[in-house]
Order: sequence, then structure tokens, then C-alpha cells
Amino acid sequence: MSTVDLYRTVRLIRRFEERAIEFVRSGEIVGGIHPYVGQEAIAAGVCAALTAEDVITSTHRGHGHVLARGADPGRLLAELMGRETGLNKGRGGSMHAADLSLGILGANAIVGAAGSIATGAAWAHRRQGRDTVAVTFFGDGAMNEGMLLEAFNLAALWRIPVIFVCENNGYATTMPVGSAVAGSITGRARAFGIPAFTIDGQDPETVLKATTAAVARARSGKGPMFLECLTYRFDAHHTFEHRARLDYRSPDELAAGQSRDPVVIQGTRLPEPERAEVDDEVEAVLDAATEFALGSAHPDPADALKYLYAVMP
Amino acid sequence: MPKLSYLKAMNRALADSLDSDPSVFLLGEDIRVAASNLTAGLQSRFGPDRVLDTPLSEQAFTNFATGAALAGMRPVIEFQIPSLLFLVFEQLANQAHKFSLMTGGQCKVPVTYVVTGSGSRTGWAGQHSDHPYTLLAHVGIKTVVPATPTDAYGLLVSAIRDDDPVVFFAPSAALGVRDDVDFSTLGPVPLGAGRLARSGRDVTVVALGHLVHDALAVADELAGQGISVEVFDPRTVYPLDLDGLAASVAKTRRLVVIDDSNRTSGFAAEILAVAAERFTLDAPPRRVTRPDGAVLPFALALDRAIQPDRDELVAAINAVLEDR
Repeated sequence: MSTVDLYRTVRLIRRFEERAIEFVRSGEIVGGIHPYVGQEAIAAGVCAALTAEDVITSTHRGHGHVLARGADPGRLLAELMGRETGLNKGRGGSMHAADLSLGILGANAIVGAAGSIATGAAWAHRRQGRDTVAVTFFGDGAMNEGMLLEAFNLAALWRIPVIFVCENNGYATTMPVGSAVAGSITGRARAFGIPAFTIDGQDPETVLKATTAAVARARSGKGPMFLECLTYRFDAHHTFEHRARLDYRSPDELAAGQSRDPVVIQGTRLPEPERAEVDDEVEAVLDAATEFALGSAHPDPADALKYLYAVMP
Repeated sequence: MPKLSYLKAMNRALADSLDSDPSVFLLGEDIRVAASNLTAGLQSRFGPDRVLDTPLSEQAFTNFATGAALAGMRPVIEFQIPSLLFLVFEQLANQAHKFSLMTGGQCKVPVTYVVTGSGSRTGWAGQHSDHPYTLLAHVGIKTVVPATPTDAYGLLVSAIRDDDPVVFFAPSAALGVRDDVDFSTLGPVPLGAGRLARSGRDVTVVALGHLVHDALAVADELAGQGISVEVFDPRTVYPLDLDGLAASVAKTRRLVVIDDSNRTSGFAAEILAVAAERFTLDAPPRRVTRPDGAVLPFALALDRAIQPDRDELVAAINAVLEDR
């Protein structure tokens, strides 16, 4: 993937999230979102290393993963607004928005839950003779969920082609990683014999390069790999913080964290006119997405449980 | 006709499902050696990739099955201890069950969870003796509790073919039940369809799993006293065969439920609620259940004291027939 493509992805995610935050403020998005602002390089770099057949699992902070995987921004925004045209027909919302046709096996709102789902999917694909890998995204908070550590064990034991991508943004909600994780994050993966590396999660090119190596290794049958991507969440854990004003990050820390902006890092690699052109392109895409979402119908309350079962009892 | 035991019927249902559908695979603890005897002979016949022995990582391998199902497989998990369902309740109720709705119908999760030896296992005490089928039904997961070898075969085949998560309870006290079975007649039994285990006129007894056999024994005993007991076996806890139940109660107008759940909000409570809403009864209905919040004590006499039994059922039947 080219420099400009990576820039387009991080810019698209950034501007999508900024617009979504505005729609939370205006009440078009009910319930709020977990903004991905600041972490865009990870979704962009990781997904750029994948093929259309590969699968991912996403998280409660998942819009970036879904956009980087190629989901339609209009349908994603419609999902956040609870519209019938949304990716999940308005039944999932921000924390569960996913397009299964793009190999996104759900966006999971239970921290650490999806690692074992991705592991099972990757195992199944290998058994079906498919040459695919699975990527599971999670945060530093998930490193304290036993279920995820169990998944590391299964993946390593059975040499499953799954890549564990830890987006270490320094906080599990408000809990600093240093107060929550004994030992080291990569050490936990290494304990299961999984090669684990810590990389700069603010640089899309770095993430792409590391993921490409992990994918090649997994595809060759050597089993899982673990990437700890150091990043910083520029905005709130969740938009409720915009009102709640939780006091856990100092202004100095915020400024330092925000000084390494993935959109700026990737943007400076492009000639200014080309960058401006991409920015205009992204705005046009998001204008169309907004128009689509706002113009879409709300679901019929009579259909509230329409998709509860694949086969209605 | 040949005899078929409940457990052997389940084994046969698994073998037939593995044989007919390459997307079916089994996973669970100690299944390669068939510790519960459910999977006897299956790993040598179908190989370690289709009879996958797992480490003791119930939460991860339950979600692993969900992931495999999302990727097109039909996993069957064996839990040899009913209380493990508490450990994986999140993975069942909050993950597998919710994917269809939360994705707007973009995917299905056809996983079957088999509990081999649910309820009291006689001597296995507090943490190995629960019977939480009501809990699964409450969250809306398709849940079956077959009573006979024929139904165990048929409901297991149907559970595996179903495109949604299904929990299959095989009560410990039913595993040894044997039937005369013409193997050529074994086939799928639809989920959500009850069965009249015995036809009668005076009172409908609703029973599930091993308690169907207790109800039938009581019906035999009371027949000698001129009481005609109808035994209705819902077979599926959720979705419940309301029409079948209604037809039986419309005939008898009296209702007793015997249920191995704890009392509050248990399966029997649901049947009685349905009765209050929909049925016209000639006497207040009764239920025979475990006590509220029951934890099975170890000592055999205490274990048995907690479980619904035939004497309590006879008393309940007599109570609803008192004014006759």
C-alpha cells in the first residue's frame, strides 16, 4: 500500500471520528462513542497488510478498524445513528459496527473476548484449506483478561495463524497501564512462546511493516505473533467524558501524547498539494456519508427482535 | 429390537453428524479418551482435528467455537460438568447468542453445547451438580433436555443442524435409560416440539429429562388407584411447545410440574405463569422443584432431599385432585 493510501485511511478515520463526536453532541448519535482519534495508524497499518480473505475482530473502539478494512463510511455512520441502512441495520451501534462481508467478525464490547473468537476462526480457515490469517485488535486493558491469555495458549499450542494486535494507549478506561499490568505486555505473550514486539503505533508505515512480517510468518504456518503498538488516545475513553471531565491525564501529558499525531506523521510524507487533494476527497466522502446516514430511515419498532435467531423458534 | 442407551444414542448422533457433514467437529476436555463415554471411538474414527481435545480453558474454547462457527463450521462442545456453564455464561449469553441480532443478521453461530451428566451426579456435591437449563432459556438460548434415547438422538442431530446456538442437557440420571429402538427409525426430532409421554384424563404432569421417567412411574402407580395421569414432556425448554401443553391441559384441566430447577424463576414457575395467563384450571396448579437457591449438599441423603422426587409428585397430584 502506498504512502498516499495510508494517509487517506488515517485521515478518513480522523475526520470520521471528529464528525461522529459532533453528532454525539448534536444528539444524532445516541449513547456516545469511544473515539479512535490518535490511534489511526494502527488500524491503517495493520489492515493494509491484509488480503480481502483475511479476517479481523474489532473492539468497542472499533470505527477505525472497520473503516480501514474498507467498510462504507455512510453505512458505518448510519449504524452509529441507529438507521436501518447501517452496517448492522441499526442493531449494533458504535460498539458492534461490523461488515461481515469484509471479514470483520464482529466488534466486541467485552474487553479481551474477541481474541479467542479470532483464534477459532483462523483455526477453522486453516482446516478448510484456506490461506488466511486473522487479526484481533484489543487494548492494554485486555491484557488482564484471563480469557485472552487462554487464547494465546491455544493459538501458540496449535500454531494458529492469528496476529494479536495490542493497542497500548496507556489507559484501560482511566487505569494507567503501569498500575494495571505486572511484568510486561510482550512478556506475557512470550511466556506462551509467541514472538512479541513493541512498535511505534503512531507511524502507519512502521505498523504496516511489522504487520506484513507477522502476516507472512503466520501464513507460512509458523503460528501466532504479538504486536504491542504504543499509541495515545487523543480524546476521551468515551464521549461521556466530555461532560464528566474525569481527571486522570495532566495537560502536559495530553500535549506530549498528542504531539505525535499519525495524521501529521503520514501527511508530511506527501507533497502538500497531494495531501490537500486527499483531504478534499475525504471531506467529499464524508459529506456524502453524512447525507446518506441522515437521510436513512429508522428501523421499525415492530422489528426490534427481527434478527435474534438465524432460525426463529 | 436392539436396546439403545441414552448415552449411546448421543454417541451415535455425534458419529452420524460427523459422518454426514464435514463442517461438524467436536471439542472439549478429555474427549479423545471419552472420559464421559460420550465420544467413545470417535477420535479414532474421525481423527484429532474433528475430535479436538482442549486444554482446561473453557472460556477461550467456547469463544473459539463461536469464531469457528462464524467461519462456517458447526462446532459441538462437550462440557462434562454442568456448572461449567456458569464459567462460560458470558461466552454463551453475551457472545454466541447475541451475534445474530447485533450484526443485523449478517452471521449465524451454529454451536451445540452438550452437558453430559447434568443435575445431580450422585456424590459430586455442590459445584458439579447443578441443572441450570432455566438460566439458558431465560436469556433466550435454544435449550433441550431430552428424556429418552430416541429423543436424545433426534434432538442432538437437530441441535447440530440448527443455525443458532443450542444447549443440550443430558441429565446424569437419564444417561443409563435404555429403549428398544429400531435404528432405521431414528431421525431428527424438531426443536420446540413436546411429546405426550403418556396419555391420561385427570391431570397433566409436565416433566423434563430424567423426571419424565419418575412421572411415568408415578402415573403407573396412581393408575392402580383410579387416577389417570397424562405426562407431557416438552423436550425443549426454550422455545416451549405451548400448543402441545395447552392441548393437554385443555383435556385434563389440572396441572402439576416437576422440575429439577431451583424454585424461584425456574422452569416450573414459567409453566405456572403460562397456565395463569392462558389456561382454565379446575384447581390451583402445583410444582415440585428444588428449593430456592439450592446448593446440593454432598451426603447422599441430603443430595436426595433437595431433588424433586416421586413422593412429592404424588402429593402434588393428590393436592390438585383434592376437590374432585
